Amino acid sequence: MRVSPIFLSGLLALFNLSPACGQEKSTIDFNRDIKPLLSDRCFQCHGPDENQRKADLRLDEATSAHESAIVVGKSSESDLVDRITSSDPDLVMPPPDANKKKLTPAEIAKLKTWIDQGAKYQGHWAYQKPARPAVPGLQQLHDWSTHPIDRFIAKKLENSGRTPSPTADRRTLIRRLYFDLIGLPPSPGQVNEFLEDRSANAVEKVIDGLLSSQEFGERMAVYWLDQVRYADTNGIHGDNHREHSLFRDYVIQSFNNNKPFDEFTLEQLAGDLFPDRTNQQLIASGYNRLNMTTREGGAQAKEYRAKYAADRVRNASVVWMGSTLGCAECHDHKYDPFKSRDFYRFAAFFADIEEVAVGAQPAIKLPDENQEQELEVLASELASAKNTLEKRTAERNRFFQSFVEKQAQKLKDARPVWQSVIPLKAGSSGGSKLKVQDAVVSSTGKNPDKDNYQLTFQASLKTVTGFRLELLTDPAFGNQSLARGNGNVVLTNVLAKYDGQPVRIKNAIADFSQPNHDIKLAIDNNRATGWAVSGHTKRENRTAVFIFDKPVDTSGNGQWTIELMHESIYAKHNIGKFRISMTEVLAPSLKNDTGAPGAIVAILKKEASARSQQDNERLYRYFLDHSTAMSQPRKAFQDLQKKKSEIEKSFRPILVTKTVKPRMTRVLPRGNWLDDSGDVVTPGVPSFLVQIPSKNEKDQIANRYDLAKWIVDPNNPLTARVFVNRLWKIAFGEGLVRTPDDFGSQGSVPTHPLLLDYLAVEFVDSGWNIKKMVKTIVMSKTYQQSSFADEATLKQDPSNDLLARQNRYRIDAEFVRDNALAISGLLVKQVGGNSVKPYQPPGYWEHLNFPKRRYQPSMDQNQYRRGLYSYWCRTFLHPSMSVFDAPTREESCVQRPRSNTPLQALVLLNDPSYVESAQAFAEMLMQGSKDNSKRLEFAFEQALNRKPSEKESAILMKIFHEHQKEFAADEKSASDSIQTGLRKPAADLDAKEMAAWTSVARIILNLHETITRY
Amino acid sequence: MFIQNLIGAQNTRRSFLSQGVTGIGLTALAGLLDPKLLPGQASGNELASRGVLNPLHHPPKIKRVIFLCQAGGMSHLETFDHKPKLAELHNQPMPESYTKGQPIAQLQGKKLSCFAPQHPFKKYGESGNEICSIFPKLGEVADELCIIRSMRTEAINHDPAHTFMNTGSLISGRPAMGSWLTYGLGNEADDLPGFVVLTSLGRHGQAQPIAARQWHSGFLPSRYQGVEFRSTGDPVLYVTNPKGVSRKKQGEIVDAINALNRLQYDKVQDPEIRTRIAQYELAFKMQASVPELMDISREPQHVLDLYGTKGADGSFAANCLLARRLAERGVRFIQLYHRGWDHHGGIKNAIPKTAAEVDQGTAALIRDLKARDMLKETLIIFGGEFGRTPMAQGNGRDHHIKGFSHFMCGGGIKPGITHGATDELGYNAVEDVVSVHDMHATMLHLLGVDHNRFSYRFQGLDMRLTGVEEAHVVKKILA
Repeated sequence: MRVSPIFLSGLLALFNLSPACGQEKSTIDFNRDIKPLLSDRCFQCHGPDENQRKADLRLDEATSAHESAIVVGKSSESDLVDRITSSDPDLVMPPPDANKKKLTPAEIAKLKTWIDQGAKYQGHWAYQKPARPAVPGLQQLHDWSTHPIDRFIAKKLENSGRTPSPTADRRTLIRRLYFDLIGLPPSPGQVNEFLEDRSANAVEKVIDGLLSSQEFGERMAVYWLDQVRYADTNGIHGDNHREHSLFRDYVIQSFNNNKPFDEFTLEQLAGDLFPDRTNQQLIASGYNRLNMTTREGGAQAKEYRAKYAADRVRNASVVWMGSTLGCAECHDHKYDPFKSRDFYRFAAFFADIEEVAVGAQPAIKLPDENQEQELEVLASELASAKNTLEKRTAERNRFFQSFVEKQAQKLKDARPVWQSVIPLKAGSSGGSKLKVQDAVVSSTGKNPDKDNYQLTFQASLKTVTGFRLELLTDPAFGNQSLARGNGNVVLTNVLAKYDGQPVRIKNAIADFSQPNHDIKLAIDNNRATGWAVSGHTKRENRTAVFIFDKPVDTSGNGQWTIELMHESIYAKHNIGKFRISMTEVLAPSLKNDTGAPGAIVAILKKEASARSQQDNERLYRYFLDHSTAMSQPRKAFQDLQKKKSEIEKSFRPILVTKTVKPRMTRVLPRGNWLDDSGDVVTPGVPSFLVQIPSKNEKDQIANRYDLAKWIVDPNNPLTARVFVNRLWKIAFGEGLVRTPDDFGSQGSVPTHPLLLDYLAVEFVDSGWNIKKMVKTIVMSKTYQQSSFADEATLKQDPSNDLLARQNRYRIDAEFVRDNALAISGLLVKQVGGNSVKPYQPPGYWEHLNFPKRRYQPSMDQNQYRRGLYSYWCRTFLHPSMSVFDAPTREESCVQRPRSNTPLQALVLLNDPSYVESAQAFAEMLMQGSKDNSKRLEFAFEQALNRKPSEKESAILMKIFHEHQKEFAADEKSASDSIQTGLRKPAADLDAKEMAAWTSVARIILNLHETITRY
Repeated sequence: MFIQNLIGAQNTRRSFLSQGVTGIGLTALAGLLDPKLLPGQASGNELASRGVLNPLHHPPKIKRVIFLCQAGGMSHLETFDHKPKLAELHNQPMPESYTKGQPIAQLQGKKLSCFAPQHPFKKYGESGNEICSIFPKLGEVADELCIIRSMRTEAINHDPAHTFMNTGSLISGRPAMGSWLTYGLGNEADDLPGFVVLTSLGRHGQAQPIAARQWHSGFLPSRYQGVEFRSTGDPVLYVTNPKGVSRKKQGEIVDAINALNRLQYDKVQDPEIRTRIAQYELAFKMQASVPELMDISREPQHVLDLYGTKGADGSFAANCLLARRLAERGVRFIQLYHRGWDHHGGIKNAIPKTAAEVDQGTAALIRDLKARDMLKETLIIFGGEFGRTPMAQGNGRDHHIKGFSHFMCGGGIKPGITHGATDELGYNAVEDVVSVHDMHATMLHLLGVDHNRFSYRFQGLDMRLTGVEEAHVVKKILA
């Protein structure tokens, strides 16, 4: 070894400076120290991508590297070292024109040491299956904590000679737990309860309470929905509405039910492929339909199919594998061993999903989980109500007997409503012969194409309000039905005259009309239209009733003429056999004499002994439906039925996955969808990872279910690590891997690799138990540390790699909103449902088109729902959300930026949602107490979970008094400034004072502390 | 307190600047606009910048960019690319050698026939730059223009084509060029955002939607996002005080917020709080500066006449005037969208009307900047997200990506030239082809930036505005 001792000690000193390298000081670790260097500076030309490889040299695998550029154990003889240390611009690596950062002397030293120590390669850490590491033993920090997480953290702290921060004060801690676990602040009451609880497990009780609350699922959903890119619109061009809220609710419920993560994964990727799949699993499969789609005219189906396929690969690989497989769409990955072929084989898993390439996507309606439970309950209630209604008891039978007798008697006693008439004359215009037998008229002889009948008869009632036409079937007719043609009838017009004077028919009703041939078309004086009755397919008597404009006085016993016309284009659709009856009742209807349907009347007219078993059953049904004695159980049953149909009507539409014959998937050279020269591929997972076990010969092709199983296989090195890292991020604001979307060569290495592996193994061993893992994390002392950092601390470990403290940061966009609504008491806690529309500046959607649309804010309680339910328009996300870094969800977002901008100030100052919250908050303060200092104290407890300092009180009371004085002098401004939004200010409070308190409330809602989680 | 001083004075931007900003105000403010780089600023070094690129890669020629986007896809064949041969072949089948295997939008599978240019061209000025007669005012400034007849893009539908033009990527979620510029170079305006978007609606072509992603900062921090200045409602979203709250009261409220935030800073020493304080100061200033900027009623009559606008009416002409005012105030990237160029049908009658909506305003902007000696430090880019087919679509034209026209003008660009060419039917750009990435590279070059060395690490990759394929500065058009 030619390295001088002085240089070597300098080198070690350099290592010590870097806190990330604290765990093992003296030996070089390939994955931690060398791989990132090679990847960043060398792999672009000497890595996995064959097409870009220069000088036929690979540095990403040992064989190739050891053959040429590296002499194992001898850095001084290695070409690699010559080249990276060369001062000749033509020789030095990386070459100046590659735009790579030059290697620093410390980095060069590392590479040399690595070669001298044997240039050992390891597979990339994230692609090795995690093994359960031993929980480290400690020395100085031995007494700090027994929690495994803390042991790993403390080990690294010990190695770097640092100590953890003290535990956060209780007010900060409970506030942190609330924001992290449910995205809402604690109320003063909840804080006090915690402060007073001196039991050893007080913190645990709070945690358990939060984990079992409904709001936990809502909070967790916010992060998951970012990842899977859930939105309310399709995202391209017209950016049209696409109802998908059932999926959002499924996610919330899954977290609340603590659905194991493996099941959660299977359901989303392949819920439709479960045998006996449930509605909820089908809804879960809506995951596969969350990609952006277009309806733009002129968009090419083939191009967009390629886009959708690529979108799904990018999403699934980043969500579950923390991998940038999407980079391999056009070329082999430059840094990770993903081949372009891997990309397209992965895409092929999704080629069976039915979808419209260009155009609207048809949705289906499904129940959400609550509706399903309600329907289940209803089904059993309905069964029991039906039983109650229908069961036969001795008493029922008595009621039934008496009901039937009464009905039969009523029928006998009733004056007939309809009186049939016997025509004196029955004439035909078309030349048929109308035969009259009793009151029944039949058409015989010639059967003309068109025929009008004219019937004359003597009046027999004193007044007539309308008449009835009965069409009667005959076995001799077409289809044994109603007419001599094909059996159908088209009655184009009906006219009535009394004593030669036309009588106006104002309305007509029928017991049946064929579609587009309503009975009303027989009284519209239009020959082209008429009443038809599907006589060619249905063989039944039909009845129509024609109602006169006014009752006709027929006391003079004059003559009636009724004309039935058949003038349609349909030949031989003339009524074959009919009967006409007249009535004097005030409101003629289809009902028979007792009000009972004809069939029942016929049965009632029979002697009891002559009724068949079937007759009696029909009568019993009629009794159940009409007897007043049965009204109570009947109503109970009908109400339940109504409830059921209302629930069914309120099912929401959603796009779910339906599997069809897979489309052919080809490798697209350079990602070009026009190029059909690439190989056809079958579904498969990246070639360098553990493979899906091959299936039996008959069923060779793996499907989405197999993919999902592979993702959650304990042997998959990525999934558990990727997901626990994201849970860690929820509790610390950052993952142990700082690039939660990239676990590949170009991503960060974990700050605590062994801890990450420990958590990943724990997670899988626990049965992918999410709540348990969250609890494990937040129960650690590491989590519960203070987040305080002075300038010196910040300088020492600016990105908090050692976790010698908690982090502090602004809460997410949705929670900024929720927080203001919660503080002001406006928040409406309702889980799930259609998305809602908070106030939005008018005209914000004016650039949308096809169709143009207007944003209509929710005008009810939905105005005050949590931010997660806000309408997510991908091309024009609500500006208040967007300003606080909510992603548009066009692509997966695993890590939101956390910005701090003037536009955020404008939102908190002027967005009506926040102004209205301030007004409600002001009202709450005034109603809580008459004493100003008590009001202020309460305001602080409510918004910040602490009391105001003297200085703070002074500043706020000063502005309160000044504004109160000014508002007193300007009542218009005072009343204007408390009227923002839907709610009305309390009438019994003084407007000027409330306006001044609103100023104070606005200040408090705008504080950095109010929107910060410490 | 400084905000109260501000209110005391006649609150115009000038008084704000002349009164000076004291204390934490300006320092923090400058700090947040260009996090690391105040020292370079003071040195007067021409390579100094207010963004992360400090020093710049080479001395810049320009300070800002004004992009006049003719949204919907402006036909090159009726504007800047004269094709007499196409007139000869009018109504005859389009030779299949041009169209076979090509991406085609709505004309896919239809019979393709040639469609003659619908309006005559003229040679203008000393340069003899050829421009269609529907642009008479632009003809008058022809000697300032560098017409590029060989543009090419990658996406054939509006939404992805805008995305590609703005972000250099077909995948959504990448930063817009305005965000790249403000990230790299910072902003010179202290009380306005560095990236401003203005839109106007044409009345003679389909108004295609424009997504806010076109000015999104993508994976760059959201403070680099473009801010839309609107002609109706709040000129900037939420810039207006709540009802009943005077500017004085709002100022007192902001003062109190900042006073309490300072107390909190003393307690927890979180630098984010200092940024927050500065942001509230800036927000409050914007509440005055934005309405002042948008109020063009005090522009002299001859200026209003030059642009052809009566006042702030949301027209493209009014937006051109606002673009000049934004440029004067140091805004780095100003982007105008005119939504009206999607002429699938009736192009003969419609396109002169759409042209008339933008002709005078654009020419006026060029003249006005020149008169103020600002043209030499400004790059103007004029053009759509793609061009239109030489083939007829009824009596209109379909989308076309293989060859179309833009013009550039201003600092560092050769004036009065025409660069590149399409084939004789105006289908393929065949000579000196300029890709969208080349356009980006050229723009960055003029700003003092080597596009290859301007990247941001995202998902393990060094992302560039100019993408992974090689892009070239169009040297032939550089002055």
